[in-house]
Amino acid sequence: MININITKELHGADGVMQLAFHAEIQEGEFVALSGKSGSGKTTLLRILAGLEEAQGDIIVSKKEWLHAGKALPPQQREIGFVFQEYALFDNMTIEENLLFVAKDRELAEKLLEMTELTKMKRRYPHALSGGQKQRVSICRALMKRPKILLLDEPLSALDVTMRTKLQQELLQLHKEFKTTTIMVSHDPSEIYRLASRVIELENGTIINNGKTKDILLKTKGSQKFSFEGELLEIKRVDVIFIAIVAIGQQLVEVVLSKKEAEKFKVGQRVTLSTKAFSPTLS
Amino acid sequence: MSFEPFILSLKLASLTALILFCIALPLAWYLSQTHSRAKPFIEALTALPIVLPPSVLGFYILWALSYNSPIGAFFENTLGVKLVFSFTGLVVASCFYSLPFMVQPLQNGFESLNKNMLEASYIAGKSKFTTLFRVALPNMKPALLTAIIITFAHTVGEFGVVLMVGGSIPGETKVASVAIYEMVEIMDYKAAHIYSAIMLGISFLVLLSVYLFNARQTRRFGL
Repeated sequence: MININITKELHGADGVMQLAFHAEIQEGEFVALSGKSGSGKTTLLRILAGLEEAQGDIIVSKKEWLHAGKALPPQQREIGFVFQEYALFDNMTIEENLLFVAKDRELAEKLLEMTELTKMKRRYPHALSGGQKQRVSICRALMKRPKILLLDEPLSALDVTMRTKLQQELLQLHKEFKTTTIMVSHDPSEIYRLASRVIELENGTIINNGKTKDILLKTKGSQKFSFEGELLEIKRVDVIFIAIVAIGQQLVEVVLSKKEAEKFKVGQRVTLSTKAFSPTLS
Repeated sequence: MSFEPFILSLKLASLTALILFCIALPLAWYLSQTHSRAKPFIEALTALPIVLPPSVLGFYILWALSYNSPIGAFFENTLGVKLVFSFTGLVVASCFYSLPFMVQPLQNGFESLNKNMLEASYIAGKSKFTTLFRVALPNMKPALLTAIIITFAHTVGEFGVVLMVGGSIPGETKVASVAIYEMVEIMDYKAAHIYSAIMLGISFLVLLSVYLFNARQTRRFGL
C-alpha cells in the first residue's frame, strides 16, 4: 500500500499554484495520471522519486519515504523512472545501461528478450530509434525490481504504431513483474488499455479519481451517442449556418440554426450528440 | 642554444593542469549543481584572472607569497619552502592565473549534460561520486579535453605573472616566454626567432588537436 499525502507550492506560467495530492494506491495497481499540461503531474512524479522537495507524507509499504520534513534520497527509494526523453547513459551500450543499475545479467537478458532488443544490446543509444530508446529506458527502470515504476509520458514522443506496440509491451511487463505503476498520459486510448484507475489533476488538485471506465467513458448509461470536440468555424450558407467541429483527428460538419450559431464561439469545446439506440461499427 | 626554458615551461604547464584539474573538478561540479545565492560571487571570483592585468595578479601573488605576508611566512618558517622566485612559487601563481580556463569549460560541460540522465543515475541508486565519474565525465569528453588542453596552453603562454613572481632564474623560473623576452632585450633576434617559432608551432598543434578531437566526437555521438 502506498499512501501519498503531499503539498507543494508551484510557480507555473499562471503564477503560484498549490499542488495538493492525497491518494492511496494499492500494490500492483496501474494508475494513470492525467490532466492538462501544467497541472502538476510531472512534479508529482518527481516528488515521489525524491527529485523534488515537498511537505507531507509518502509512506510505501510502511516505510517512510517522506515524513515530518525528512525525505529519503532517490538512491534509497526503490523506484524506476522512465523519462519522456529517455535519458539513457550515452557512454554505455544498451546492455551496460541495464547492468549499471544492477549487476543482474539474467534479468537484463530477460528484459531485453521481452522487448526484442537482444540483438542490439551491444549498440550505443545514439544508434537507436526513439521507440528502441524508450524500450531500453523502460528495461533500465525495471532492473532494480522497483516497488514503484514511474512513467512520465513515456510514449508521447513516438508515432502511433510504435506507441501501440510499446503499450502492449508495457502491459506484458506489468503482468510479469506486477510492479505498482504510475503513468502520466494524455491519451485516453492508452490509459484505457493500460490503467485500471485514473487520477485527473487540474491546477494541482485531484478533480477525478476512479476506475478507468467510469471516468473515460463519458456517455456511460445514457442512450445519447456523444463526442467532445473543438468548434473550428461557423460559416453561413444561404439561410443556414454550418459548424465545423474537430473530434479527435476527424472534422465534422453540423447544421446550426441562427440562434444556435449566435450562442457558440469559435474555439469553444462542444459536445456533439444524437440519440442513437444501436450505433454500429463497420 | 638550450632547450631548458621549454622543458621548464612544459613541466610548469603539466603540473599546473594536473593540480588545477583536481581543484577545479569539484568546484565546477558544485557550481553546475548549486542554486545557492553565493554562486555568482564564486563565479566572479574564479573569472577574475581573465580580466585582471597580469601585473596586478602578479603583484598580489608576489605579496601573498613573500615573507611579508602570513602565508609566505608560514611556508618559509614552518615548511622551509621559499615561494617567491622559485619553481614552486611559479606553480602556485599559475594555478591562480589559469583557474578560470579549467573551471569554465568543465562547468559548461556539466551544465550542458542532460539533467535527467544524472537523475536516472541517482534513481538507479548511484551516489553523486559514482554519477560524476561513471556518467557525467564520460559524456563530456570534449569539455574535459578542452579544459585540460586550454589550461596547459594558457600556462605555457603566460608571461607577466611569471616574470613578476619568478623572475628569470635559469633552470628554476626562466620559462620559454621569459627567455624570448630576454633575447629580444639583448637583441639576439636569431634565437628569439627560433624560440618563437617553436612556441607558435606547439600552440597551434595543441589547439588543432583539441578541435580535431571535438569534431570527431560530434560526428560520432552527435554531442
